[in-house]
Amino acid sequence: MRPFERFRGVVMPLDRANVDTDAIIPKQFLKSIHRTGFGPNLFDEWRYLDHGEPGQDCANRPLNPDFVLNDPRYANAEILLTRRNFGCGSSREHAPWALADHGFRVLLAPSFADIFHQNAIKNGLLPIVLDEAVIDSLFARAGGEQPLQIDVDLEAQQLRPSVGEPIAFPIDAFHRHCLINGLDDIGLTLQHAPEIAAYEQRRREQAPWLFASAVSA
Amino acid sequence: MAGHSDQPRTLFDKIWDDHVVRTDEHGTALLYIDRQLVHEVTSPQAFEGLRLAGRKPRRPEANLAVPDHNVPTSDRHLGIVDPISRLQVETLEANCREFGIQLFDMGDPRQGIVHVIGPEQGLTHPGMTVVCGDSHTSTHGAFGALAFGVGTSEVEHVLATQCLLQRKPKSMLVSVEGELGPGVTAKDIVLAIIGEIGTAGGTGHVIEYAGDAIHALSMEGRMTVCNMSIEAGARAGLVGIDEHTIDYLRDRPRSPTGAEFERAAEYWRSLNSDPGADYDRVVRIDAASIRPQVTWGTSPEMVVPVDGAVPDPAEVADPVKATSYGHALTYMGLTPRTPIAEIAIDKVFIGSCTNGRIEDLRAAAAVAKGKQVAPSVKLAMVVPGSGLVKQQAEAEGLDRVFLDAGFEWREPGCSMCLAMNADRLEPGERCAATSNRNFEGRQGQGGRTHLVSPAMAAAAAVAGHFVDVRELEQ
Ligand code: SF4
Repeated sequence: MRPFERFRGVVMPLDRANVDTDAIIPKQFLKSIHRTGFGPNLFDEWRYLDHGEPGQDCANRPLNPDFVLNDPRYANAEILLTRRNFGCGSSREHAPWALADHGFRVLLAPSFADIFHQNAIKNGLLPIVLDEAVIDSLFARAGGEQPLQIDVDLEAQQLRPSVGEPIAFPIDAFHRHCLINGLDDIGLTLQHAPEIAAYEQRRREQAPWLFASAVSA
Repeated sequence: MAGHSDQPRTLFDKIWDDHVVRTDEHGTALLYIDRQLVHEVTSPQAFEGLRLAGRKPRRPEANLAVPDHNVPTSDRHLGIVDPISRLQVETLEANCREFGIQLFDMGDPRQGIVHVIGPEQGLTHPGMTVVCGDSHTSTHGAFGALAFGVGTSEVEHVLATQCLLQRKPKSMLVSVEGELGPGVTAKDIVLAIIGEIGTAGGTGHVIEYAGDAIHALSMEGRMTVCNMSIEAGARAGLVGIDEHTIDYLRDRPRSPTGAEFERAAEYWRSLNSDPGADYDRVVRIDAASIRPQVTWGTSPEMVVPVDGAVPDPAEVADPVKATSYGHALTYMGLTPRTPIAEIAIDKVFIGSCTNGRIEDLRAAAAVAKGKQVAPSVKLAMVVPGSGLVKQQAEAEGLDRVFLDAGFEWREPGCSMCLAMNADRLEPGERCAATSNRNFEGRQGQGGRTHLVSPAMAAAAAVAGHFVDVRELEQ
């Protein structure tokens, strides 16, 4: 994972609550066996006027002019501003893969669905939870002629919008540590292999049936 | 099994404590995972990750794999026609061979939806931690297990380490008290709970379902309730262990046997929440007040009783909510205040990990028996949750009941629950579905889904519109 560094990016407002992972990346694209290449199909059903299928060249598809992602003001947006319960529904990690592949690095919402939140962090995307009132005020600033920009400083846990006061944000200390250092979770866990083995040993004595071998007739 | 403190603990606390390998300075636990179920959609990138890093599964035997999302539900002899779906299923087969993981392939009679076959095989035991790269892993909580969905990176993490890094979620008690009325099922309970607490109501929590109405449910019914915990936003849902739980597990292919079963059962019985244990939140629901439920919108919380009507966004105070109600009504092609019973349907889908078990098929067959699918209904399909559910249903003659009534009887899989295979809605089509999600496009682009119980779906198939099953039963 790439370490998360301080940056300044354009904010794209997506004014919808309960945006589910089916909407973020529709199921037909889940047939891919790869981790990359989902960006052109991010929000596929809202973004294009035709029906998308995997393997299509999206450059020639008719765009929905009313969908915010197609607004030229937000062409290079790296920060997604949205409403409560973002990322609900299916556990598909393809959702953060698609958001990151498109170029988003930070998500701002009053709340995120749990599994999505975990998946985002694992992919170097920073989900930031802010009070509903703060989100409202960002929406009020984000829709103008000049897109709102925010300087995101994870180290200082602070957002500095191009308009308005700086905003402090909370984040789990472990998540912050992993994002800033770009740490690979599996590598971290494997450092504790002796403790895992000791746990298994203990547990095997107490509940041997948990370690029965898989193969049945 | 960590040392017992004197504090009364919940079932969730006990399972959690029994699985903590270590806790780091940030308070993040390394949690041991006993069982992982694997399917074709969320695993290819995890296996690829192992390969790239030169890693091997720590305990291949702790995993079981099955293709379910992409498999065809019509004639299996033709294989999978869609080359991209086929590649994904073949990739699962190749990965399982390479990494030594047991697989029930498409031709295996035990193949089926991952959350149906796990319990069926006795792979889920009380007190276990169970994960799968699928949000409806919460289903397994019916057995008093801590079971939750994970993303693909975590699938890889569990394969490589048999552990996950987790912060302990909060706990919530949902107690459904008293007795259910006739015609009211587990599906109606869980839809009513979601209607009450909302789709984010359980966010950050593990829900324990309790109360006499929950313990009166069969294991199948408890699985239906726990299945939709994720639609309430919860990390997991679970039910305390009672003799139903233990009886269900006896003689399952992967349950312990003989004296070991008795020893296991003794441990399982010790796991229930202690009297006086603390929950972060408590919700109580009167079972008698629950009526058969029908969703009207594009989120499972947009639900009303069958004798109710489509709501009017103009009467909703919260502006964010009013906007989403407006969006939903447009998408669903519904007018405010339309009585639910006046909504006509085009298709019916009975199946999924929510309601694709034998008890569900029995309930639907009881309504369909001797009747005919309405001529206005283009397709009514029954998709058993697994090959073994299908066999059992056929042994009971349920397939004949459905076929005689004009339903289609299919091969097991996820099917039109998410329409990744050929089973799907066309734009604008309206469906009574026993699955768990009514999101935009879930059952096919432009498709309109109404979530209901199996009996309600069968009744709608026969009438051509929603009807109150309680009226049929009089
Ligand atoms: S039946 Fe539906 S919800 Fe269940 S595992 Fe399959 S796709 Fe997911």
